[in-house]
Amino acid sequence: MKNIENVSRRDFLKLSGISATAFMLGVNLPVSKVQAEEVGKHELNFFVSIDTNGDVTLVCHRSEMGQGIRTSVPQIIADELEADWSKISVLQAKADRKYGAQGTAGSASIRNYFTTIRQTGAVARDMLEQAAANIWQVDKSAVQAKQHYVHHKTTGKKIGYGELAKHAAKLTPPDPKTIKLKANAEFSLIGKDVKQVDLDNIVEGNAQYAQDIQLDNMLIASIQRPPVVGGKVKSFDATEAKKIKGVVDVIQLKERPFPVNVMPLSGIAVLATNTWAAIEGRKKLKIQWDHGNKQVHNSESFKKELITKVNQQGKTVSSKGDVYAHKYNAQNTLEATYTVPYINHAPMETPAATAMIDGGKCTIWAGTQNPQWAQGMVAQELGLKREDANKVELNVTLMGGAFGRKSKGDFIIEAVELAKATGRPVKVIWSREDDMQHGFYHSSAANYFKAEILDNGKVDNLISRNAYPPIGWLFNDKTKAPSDSQLSLGFADLPFDLNTLSYENHEVDSFVRPGWVRSVACINNGFALGSFVDELAVKAQIPTRQMWLDLIGSDRVVDPTENGFKYSNYNLDPKAHPIDTKRIKHLINLISEKANVEQKLPHGQGWGISFLRSFGSFVAAATKVEVKDKKVTVLEMHTAVDCGIVVTPDRVKAQMEGAMVFGLSIALMGEITVDKGIVEQSNFHDYPVTRINQVPKLFVHLVESDAPPGGIGEPGVPPVAPSITNAIYHASKTRIRDLPINKVFQI
Amino acid sequence: MISLTVNNKILKLDIEPQMPLLYALRDELKLTGTKFGCGAGQCGACTVHLDGQAIRSCVTPVSVVVDKKITTIEGLGGNDDHKIQIAWKEFKVPQCGYCQSGQMMSASALLKQNSNPTEQEIESFMQGNICRCGTYKRIKAAIKSAAKK
Repeated sequence: MKNIENVSRRDFLKLSGISATAFMLGVNLPVSKVQAEEVGKHELNFFVSIDTNGDVTLVCHRSEMGQGIRTSVPQIIADELEADWSKISVLQAKADRKYGAQGTAGSASIRNYFTTIRQTGAVARDMLEQAAANIWQVDKSAVQAKQHYVHHKTTGKKIGYGELAKHAAKLTPPDPKTIKLKANAEFSLIGKDVKQVDLDNIVEGNAQYAQDIQLDNMLIASIQRPPVVGGKVKSFDATEAKKIKGVVDVIQLKERPFPVNVMPLSGIAVLATNTWAAIEGRKKLKIQWDHGNKQVHNSESFKKELITKVNQQGKTVSSKGDVYAHKYNAQNTLEATYTVPYINHAPMETPAATAMIDGGKCTIWAGTQNPQWAQGMVAQELGLKREDANKVELNVTLMGGAFGRKSKGDFIIEAVELAKATGRPVKVIWSREDDMQHGFYHSSAANYFKAEILDNGKVDNLISRNAYPPIGWLFNDKTKAPSDSQLSLGFADLPFDLNTLSYENHEVDSFVRPGWVRSVACINNGFALGSFVDELAVKAQIPTRQMWLDLIGSDRVVDPTENGFKYSNYNLDPKAHPIDTKRIKHLINLISEKANVEQKLPHGQGWGISFLRSFGSFVAAATKVEVKDKKVTVLEMHTAVDCGIVVTPDRVKAQMEGAMVFGLSIALMGEITVDKGIVEQSNFHDYPVTRINQVPKLFVHLVESDAPPGGIGEPGVPPVAPSITNAIYHASKTRIRDLPINKVFQI
Repeated sequence: MISLTVNNKILKLDIEPQMPLLYALRDELKLTGTKFGCGAGQCGACTVHLDGQAIRSCVTPVSVVVDKKITTIEGLGGNDDHKIQIAWKEFKVPQCGYCQSGQMMSASALLKQNSNPTEQEIESFMQGNICRCGTYKRIKAAIKSAAKK
């Protein structure tokens, strides 16, 4: 306990990992401090070190997958630290509970940790100010940190951070709660564009991703996994595989029971001194499979079952009034069922990890969204006690895209299992075919809506149902229904002013591994919602914008818990992050006006709009298409985003641009199909994603706001697909309720 | 032994002649700037120059490149090539960055053969390079800007 200075009990609980969301200050490890001082680098806290020259090292504890977090986190710390951005270098954190939560998912880095990240910089700044005050023998109130110096307010004297660092590092860190953070108007870096931390390395080909790790004596593994989830190797013959020059070993991975969790699927690994030999050796394997009981799965018949389910009354998630006591006027009632297929992340860098086991220590290099989860899994795999997880050193590389795929540690455990079996460092590289066929897919989903347009033009008596394999099945294979937090993803949280409504869900069996794909269930819920509002507008013969505004009603805060629903609000405080209808209406008006969606267009062209609030941010999308000779051409796309305070505006825009392109893939062409339990797609020829010639002019409209920050990696995606299908309707009178569009139109 | 000329250096490797150039670059020469994306010539992440032309190194056996000049992202740096990298930085093109080596190799090959491409020519030439992050708008803008310089 003596290592812990000035730590309250609450902080200690956080330190000990009981609260995984904690950020810690006030903890100095003497050993690391001594080592640090030898190199002239003074650690003010886990996130901030300053050397004698004034060079500042800031730790980024969250994983980079293209969202720009390795720029935004240091930018926030540096702002509160009053550091000169040109003197900052960024160190990627290894997996370590001392940093608090590192799981980079749910668009959460900024929205959930903005304040705690700021506190790391503010506390360090306070220590530098205190150090200067001590030197001048004045009260701290007489000094002020500004741009890498602490100034004496009246004498004009100043001392640089480099000189102050060693004095500051000896001080007891103050309680972060006692340190006043900057007012928004005082931000010097937050809200400004700085150069991306990794830009030069990327452009010069020097950025290091998981696949780029090179170790002496390393083997490369290519793994043939069971074609069907839960399948097993009956027998195999590796004679021919072992004849390939460079192949060193062929190893059967251990069988893993249900629930599948995020563990490996087992199979046969070919290990070689180079990637090509591993791939060639794998082609020579002769394997007899026992496909197991998931081989009954066919995605087309499964979709029909989902459609049947959602057209029947389901289990109530929440309700208001009694829709079933209501007599619908058939003429004014609209019913529609929408479906979204299995979707794969398909990051450009397929999953990869390297493991090295040396004596009692295991070292991993992986592109992982969730370093601590993976570290715990590795410890468990090696039979280490939970408290010995620190014997596993997990280095986080850049990820060549992730989109949720790299939250799961299966590929890391594969590397560990093989490093243990061979006694050599092993790099596991997934082929593109592996990535397409053994993924954690966005679930095939059906959504149903019913509502009535009353005589006064108001819409009411809404029924909304969904059915899809729940992600919870990964962890408990008895699970058939989504959790409340899953149902909070654009489903039972609609911002509509209704007297009578019913949200319902159906239980569903799972056959392939479901997973979090960029915006998760908001993909299907957002597609259904955006489509249905447009269909209501068409039926009511009013502009879609007007239908949205009518459904939303007056300025107010919507509380989905009012009807008894355990709404999770993306784990955000509803007071700081309310469902604010004023902000929604502003955004719907903004997108309509910026894109000029109510303009008169030539025959065969149409605009479509949609909206979804997700991950604490508000996003509207508008798309213009042309439909000619059964071919759809997307002409123009807009998104408008209100994500509260913006840290790095250009990266927010980049995420919105990326979300439009990702949404285009989902809408136009992304579909994983399964027959006899086996995924039918294998590479980009049969699982196409958006290419440059399919991308129209893109526009992003960023709303200025002082509200607490919302997420940005995911919220851009959900409104995109319905804006496209709505545009197709307005261009051609053909309504697409079943994605992707290329089943009906050429693209 | 296979002899390769990579970034103006002659290198001798004890590898199978059928090995695709990608793996010779990455595993044998440790030039990891060239990326694996699909292994089937469908995504362009592995694009390098062969005598100045863009090729997909994942489907090009080393046996067919022995007498030719190979340039990878690490060797991109002549005046004409460099302007592509400058434009990539100016327009902050990369998100995850993984496909960008291949994108820049394709873009610089395009400008070598067409110093002032139209939007359609850019789209046509670049459609073999996938970017899953969706940086296409900036790729187009960066190529147009580089072409003017």
